[in-house]
Amino acid sequence: MPEPVTEQDDIEQLIRQMADDLRSRLEAARVRDALMVGIHTGGLWVAERLHTLLGLEQALGELDISFYRDDFSRIGMNPQVRPSRLPVSVAERHIVLVDDILHTGRTIRAAMNELFDYGRPAAITLAVLGERSGRELPIQADVVGRHFDLGEHEHVKLSGPEPLQLSIVEAP
Amino acid sequence: MRRHSLQHDSEGRLHHLLTIEGLKRQQIVDILDTAESFISVGDRQVRKVPLLRGKTVVNLFFEASTRTLTTFELAAKRLSADVLKININTSATVKGESLLDMLHNLEAMQCDMFVVRHADSGAAHLIARHVAPHVSVINAGDGSHAHPTQALLDMFTIRRWKGEFAPLTVAIVGDIKHSRVARSLIHALTTLGVSALRVVAPKTLIPAAVESLGVHVVHDLDAGLRGADVVIMLRLQKERMQGAMLPSEAEYFSTYGLTEEKLALAKPDAIVMHPGPINRGVEIASSVADGAQSVILEQVSNGIAVRMAVMSMTLGRAPAEGEGA
Amino acid sequence: MNISIQHGRLIDPANGIDSHIDLHIANGVIAGVGQVPDGFSADSHINAGGHIVCPGLIDLRARLREPGGESRATIATETAAAASAGITTLVCPPDPSQPIDTPALVDLIRHRAKQSGHARVLPLGALTQGLAGQQLAEMATLKQAGCVAVSNGLQAVESTRVMRCAMEYAASQGLTVFLHAEDPWLAAGGCAHEGAVSVRLGLAGIPEAAETIAVARELQLIAQTGVRAHFCHLSSARAVRMLARAQYDGLPVSADVAAHQLYLTDMDIGYFDTQCHVRPPLRSQRDREGLREGLKQGTIAAVCSDHQPHGANAKLAPFPASEPGISGLETLLPLTLRLAGEGLLSLPEAIASITQRPAGILDLLAHGEGGTLATGARADVCIFDPEPYWELRADALQSAGHNSPFLGWELKGRVSCTLLAGELTYHTCD
Repeated sequence: MPEPVTEQDDIEQLIRQMADDLRSRLEAARVRDALMVGIHTGGLWVAERLHTLLGLEQALGELDISFYRDDFSRIGMNPQVRPSRLPVSVAERHIVLVDDILHTGRTIRAAMNELFDYGRPAAITLAVLGERSGRELPIQADVVGRHFDLGEHEHVKLSGPEPLQLSIVEAP
Repeated sequence: MRRHSLQHDSEGRLHHLLTIEGLKRQQIVDILDTAESFISVGDRQVRKVPLLRGKTVVNLFFEASTRTLTTFELAAKRLSADVLKININTSATVKGESLLDMLHNLEAMQCDMFVVRHADSGAAHLIARHVAPHVSVINAGDGSHAHPTQALLDMFTIRRWKGEFAPLTVAIVGDIKHSRVARSLIHALTTLGVSALRVVAPKTLIPAAVESLGVHVVHDLDAGLRGADVVIMLRLQKERMQGAMLPSEAEYFSTYGLTEEKLALAKPDAIVMHPGPINRGVEIASSVADGAQSVILEQVSNGIAVRMAVMSMTLGRAPAEGEGA
Repeated sequence: MNISIQHGRLIDPANGIDSHIDLHIANGVIAGVGQVPDGFSADSHINAGGHIVCPGLIDLRARLREPGGESRATIATETAAAASAGITTLVCPPDPSQPIDTPALVDLIRHRAKQSGHARVLPLGALTQGLAGQQLAEMATLKQAGCVAVSNGLQAVESTRVMRCAMEYAASQGLTVFLHAEDPWLAAGGCAHEGAVSVRLGLAGIPEAAETIAVARELQLIAQTGVRAHFCHLSSARAVRMLARAQYDGLPVSADVAAHQLYLTDMDIGYFDTQCHVRPPLRSQRDREGLREGLKQGTIAAVCSDHQPHGANAKLAPFPASEPGISGLETLLPLTLRLAGEGLLSLPEAIASITQRPAGILDLLAHGEGGTLATGARADVCIFDPEPYWELRADALQSAGHNSPFLGWELKGRVSCTLLAGELTYHTCD
């Protein structure tokens, strides 16, 4: 069992800060009915908390990006794929996309591709609990809980849903 | 060298889908779960996912079919595959080497999947045995042998309505003897573990030794329907009237046709299914086919999601050892 | 040319011999068994030490495909394959492409066989013209031309009246009728035994009753007409019991079984293995045991290859569309020997089922024209090493047909020399 790098209270604190940050951004942009969408699985846990803290009117949406992975032909079908659910149309709506860790950027690319297949959103804001180096695509988060400096073989993982816990694991 | 199971790869994953027989329970459940995710794709503005982009799917139909062909084509297109349709005239029999020659030509054009329908039992197995290792074969109906995707979409439909399979009593009514759908349904329902599975027909339409597949044979429709949760009616081919198997359509309808009065013998919340195309007034009354308990149209729309699931799962495998990518 | 076959174990069931004695051949005829005949001096010696010396094998049923099917096989290729398998006499049944209903066809087949010189081919004459089951064939003429018996091949004689007349006429000519017992209506469209396998695979079934109903009809007609009859390649246990009863009642009926029927069942079809598509179909395990028991009890006298060589395409088709049949010449001896290995038969009994007994059915035995190594008989001899194990491989088959469900099987016993009327037609030794 890897050592947690952040205490549970710290995570909830991080998410509260993210919520404050998001609130001021949405207000500045005069967004009223933002649609928050969490990416399965970790992103959805974070999104659920943000959704409650922000008191958004629209129900939370969820995305499973298995059908949009760019490594499908290499690693195959995810056997635990779940349906994506968006409660309302994304067309002309402001989307808050939430994920747990931003690393290569490929998951976010896949998620944005999927969102666009539901319609043309007005804008997308990206919020992540953690971000680390290793971007392979020109994608940045607008709201970041915490930045991690990691070695080449280290990965940061979120476990949950109760309690949420971030840990650093060695990967080959 | 022949593999132990032709339709699985060396790691036990589905490489071809040729028959339900030999699929593990969890494998069927995985397919149904995946199909569940594809259902929502149909509700979106862009009804397409990029999973099979760059892959080529060939629909090889040696036997006429509109609906199955269309749903396979739609499924492939919604997965962003390129789709090629080859209809081979049934009268000009393509046999032996010429059939395999054709396959190898198609492979040389970098095709990745063959969806095969053929009037002879075993055709899909034959093709699967001779294709290049990276090619997947989906059986879209071979003779009286199997129609696995139809059975899977029926399982999907049953699960959506009934949830669990274990407590269910299912009656399959009609021409069991010549029906590939019936054989695949029997394998699927016994694998998923329904509590009772009845096949209902006169002896002329029941194949010998069918009990060995794990079904109860019932010759009386009333007894077959009593207490059923799911009633699956099979299409009766008109040519059965010729081979001395049945005296007349009228007598068949009066003894084995599903009418509202007969359906009342089943559970009040029983669903009625039919793989289509329907012969109204032969095996099923219009009022039942179009009635509140009928889920026949839903079967059709579920067929696309289930076929998307099967196609993406067979093509979406990391190559196993010995397979070229 | 005088030959002495020395040091072998001589098994000649027709004469009750199983001992280590020499065999002496002079001018194509057996000149002496054991003792060297007076004035005999061998021009050559065959050292059969450790090998078994027995009469040349007689195969009651082999399709040679000529004339008409030369693209698949020829009399030359198939008789050469026969020689390599220890077979000296082949019985060739009529089929629609070569109905053997004219003396010209009989002459052609015999001529080609003589030309190739590898094995003797005995044609079965047609029972009805063109095998159409309507008009009687010219059986007396066919007999004169050299047909050893008559048969309608795999074609049914649907009319019971025609069958009765055909049997009556054959009886008058002293001809044995070879019967393929299959009710054409029950078998129509079928390609596998009707049972658990056919229902699983969705293959149209051929019920056991297709055989037993035909056997029942023919037995009634045999009783009525008094014809001598032989049932070819029985497939069901029930038919064997019916036959045993008929033999007990004194009817002049005999039967053979195809070697593959003694080893395979419908389960071997697996998922549509077309190599197991045969006619009559492979039936259940119970049937296989019944056939084995029938052979043991003597109800079934002989084992045949039911040889049907095919080109590769014939089996490269969906099961129902594939051609039925097995290329069986080269597995006849090892599969029959295996019956002795498994203890079903003694070794002499196993050898009798492919030598003495088929010779008896064909009436060759009494004339010394096969199935015996008695002094004065024609020197048709098979010498084989009973010990070596070998794997049946397609590329090693001599027959033009490589269609066999036994490919990859490990078989035991290998022919070293075959002599046809004293001439070596095959040998692996010097």
